[in-house]
Amino acid sequence: MLSLESITKTTQDWLLAKFDPTIALAIECVIVIVLCITLFAILGLVLVLLERKVAARIQIRLGPNRVGPGGIFQTAADTLKLIMKEGLTPDSADKFLFNLAPFVVMMVAMLLLAPIAFARNFQIWDINIGVLYISSISSLSVIGILMAGWASNNKYSLLGAMRSGAQIVSYELSAGFAVLTIVVLTGSLQISDIVAAQENGWWLFKGHIPVIIAFVLYIIAVTAETNRAPFDLAEAESELTAGFHTEYSGMKFALFFLAEYINIFIVCAIGATLFLGGWMPLHIGHWESFNHIMDYIPSSIWFMGKTFFLIFVIMWFRWTFPRLRVDQLLNLEWKYLLPISLFNLLLVTVIAIMGWHF
Amino acid sequence: MIKLEQHLKNNHNRLLNNSVDNDTFLTMTNEAIKEFITARAPEAIYDESGEWLNMIVEPHQLKPIAAALLGQPMQMDFLFCLTCVDYKTHLTMVYHLTASTNRSLNLVLKVNLDRANPIIETVCELWRTAEFHEREVFEMFGVQFANHPDLRRLILEDEPATAGDEKKESGHEPKGYWPLRKDFEDPINMIKL
Amino acid sequence: MYNETEIIKDTTNLGPEGELVVNMGPQHPATHGVLHLVVTLNGETIKKIEPHLGYIHRSIEKMCESLTYRQFIYVTSRMDYLSSHINNTACALLVEKGMQIEVPERAKVVRTILNELTRIASHELWIGAMAMDLGAFTPFFYAFREREMITDIMEDTCGARLTMNYIVPGGLMYDIHPDFQTKVKAFIQQFKEKVTEYEDLVTGNIIFQSRTKGVGVLTTEDAISYGCTGPVARASGVRCDMRKIAPYDAYDRVEFEEIIETAGDSFARYIVRVKEMNQSIRIIEQLIDNIPEGEFVGKTKNVLKLAKGEFYQRVETARGELGVYIVSEGATTPYRIKFRSPGFSNLSVLNHIAKGSKIGDLMATMGTLDLVIPDIDR
Repeated sequence: MLSLESITKTTQDWLLAKFDPTIALAIECVIVIVLCITLFAILGLVLVLLERKVAARIQIRLGPNRVGPGGIFQTAADTLKLIMKEGLTPDSADKFLFNLAPFVVMMVAMLLLAPIAFARNFQIWDINIGVLYISSISSLSVIGILMAGWASNNKYSLLGAMRSGAQIVSYELSAGFAVLTIVVLTGSLQISDIVAAQENGWWLFKGHIPVIIAFVLYIIAVTAETNRAPFDLAEAESELTAGFHTEYSGMKFALFFLAEYINIFIVCAIGATLFLGGWMPLHIGHWESFNHIMDYIPSSIWFMGKTFFLIFVIMWFRWTFPRLRVDQLLNLEWKYLLPISLFNLLLVTVIAIMGWHF
Repeated sequence: MIKLEQHLKNNHNRLLNNSVDNDTFLTMTNEAIKEFITARAPEAIYDESGEWLNMIVEPHQLKPIAAALLGQPMQMDFLFCLTCVDYKTHLTMVYHLTASTNRSLNLVLKVNLDRANPIIETVCELWRTAEFHEREVFEMFGVQFANHPDLRRLILEDEPATAGDEKKESGHEPKGYWPLRKDFEDPINMIKL
Repeated sequence: MYNETEIIKDTTNLGPEGELVVNMGPQHPATHGVLHLVVTLNGETIKKIEPHLGYIHRSIEKMCESLTYRQFIYVTSRMDYLSSHINNTACALLVEKGMQIEVPERAKVVRTILNELTRIASHELWIGAMAMDLGAFTPFFYAFREREMITDIMEDTCGARLTMNYIVPGGLMYDIHPDFQTKVKAFIQQFKEKVTEYEDLVTGNIIFQSRTKGVGVLTTEDAISYGCTGPVARASGVRCDMRKIAPYDAYDRVEFEEIIETAGDSFARYIVRVKEMNQSIRIIEQLIDNIPEGEFVGKTKNVLKLAKGEFYQRVETARGELGVYIVSEGATTPYRIKFRSPGFSNLSVLNHIAKGSKIGDLMATMGTLDLVIPDIDR
């Protein structure tokens, strides 16, 4: 059967047969980089179009429908426009940091792709501290945003960046605790182990109510972490015009925009991996025949299906809710989500120790 | 709903002095108002030809009369219009007053001002809506409001650009740019008939 | 004409005690026009708001002094462009009052229906725009779906969608469209079915409630003292509906409630407007089947001349009490005209009620004051 796993295996075998191992590794790296950048470009185009279509559907209108059939080339046309636009740097901005910031944000998003398992045995780097790696790298994106806000020398940008800083640092905690519940249940930080542990059912179903709570907390926290509505205070266009990226234009703005969508994809991919079994098909206990039928659906489709479902949920939030106020946002985290997360982690630990999960 | 009724009743009672009989208040006629004002400003001039009672008082009497109207038993706490009219010989400040609890009671208070040096006491402490309206009158008519907390231009630019040119040409300070005065000539007059 | 604007080069000076002065507007997404607020911030907390007006000042009052009594009405459509019918009505009523023109019953009823449709359209747009200020985009489209029907009716009847100029002294400019009644009925039907949709989307939303409840509280005393009118004052428990106090057109023969709320916060202002829309529907329902036959415009002289004297007409626009004050010297043009616009007084209260709150609250407060900038600047 033609699967992503077999393609990688064949390629690797061929490379190893033709070249010596060091060169083979170098070529593999190049292939991975090219694939990653391609994935970024495609994801950006697809997610922006998806967002616009979802928004249009929710808002009883059609959405983009002129460029190409059903408007599918709309985002490509937009990208072309953004590439051709002049990238302005304000006179009074700190030019080095101003130009660096979008790349920092983008780079963080790229680094996060490494440990994600897209399909069975299709992973860039199955690092043994996968979850920890994700948690630590994802909190770096705040540096890029603060950099952008500070270097723009614009009061709106600064306010937006400060809000974003407070927000990401706070919600990092809840997201971290939600991730920890799965680590506690699995007993491993490695992504492949976590997925393998869901062989006989996803954690969302196996782990009783505490895991469901953790899942909800995770979705809320990552929505806040990616600065999406109802937590889009860093941008808050009715308050701060465009928040931290007010002064950006052209491709530098596009990088922020792209990074936002890549970040959504990544957090949803991680959510799908931890709670919904990643590429693992829907298996129910010992129903062998059912599990067998499910295995016929390729693992990459399972992974993408779950991820896009979560992305849809996050988009759904955006087009339904008003924005929170900054103090309400922090109240929600420190007074409600954090205590619940802590208690929930305790509960999950008890469940894990006693072996009460399925 | 009960809460609402209660609130409105309380509000009404609070605004009305309990010592004043409700009926007298609600049926207050123009005659009664005149009597009330004459007691405080004997030289006030009345005009009942219009829809509402008009009266003209001296500039120095405005503040005490306004304060008296705001107090018992008139309760004219709602200044719904404040403006100025340029009659070429003089400026007239016009205050439209009413009571929020009895909107059928309306009164137009007028003050004639010297056109060359219009100055009058502000009424912002009595009706705070006057603050913005007086700023508008100040820039449109050049009326100076004594003791106004923040008498600056509100709508027009800070200083008309032509002020400097005129000063250069004529060598003395310009007369002032008060667009709603009748003798104002717009340098770029687009609608001149 | 313009002075060279000085660009402040020294960006290190942030004012005393780390105050941050932010210019909100004249180009800002939440001011819905060219309102310029100079906001002094301490962190996220607002210390002072100073409105700077005049970016859309056209000196309508001065212009009207050289326009005849037939012409000046069209200028008023450009003031509060969301209540243009009601502005026109105010001017027409004033001229009618000054010249004792008899208005046919048909014109009166049609005017009332159109005024109420305008009010609904204005409130619909307000709901959408205000929800957008609070970060919810979707209600905007739901509100516009119904508003679109109204603008279509207006287009059929008046030939315009925004600045109608349909009401003239003596009645209407021309008769209503033959489909007028059916279309209005269809609209009422649609409105009743669909209004719950965006009420569900907005009113019941917990984030919306927490953003508006207790935010921008305006007490009864302040509402009166600052001269607030319309839904802003009614949300603070002040009875100020000109349709009840001094009924004009056909308002004396229809039944409707004056909506009063007592909380005085942004949520109360929201509720007042939503309930007002339902009352407007109620008024239209009472009148739409009872449009009398007959002339649509009364007999007027070719040249209108108001008698010497002073005239004042008050009407209830979607934003509050619009007063038109005319000093006439007996000529064909007004000697002095003053528009007491509701937005001007409502804006003056902004600093008072938004001081000490967060930037996010300013959006809720400003949104619920329902400011239309051309109405303020005139």
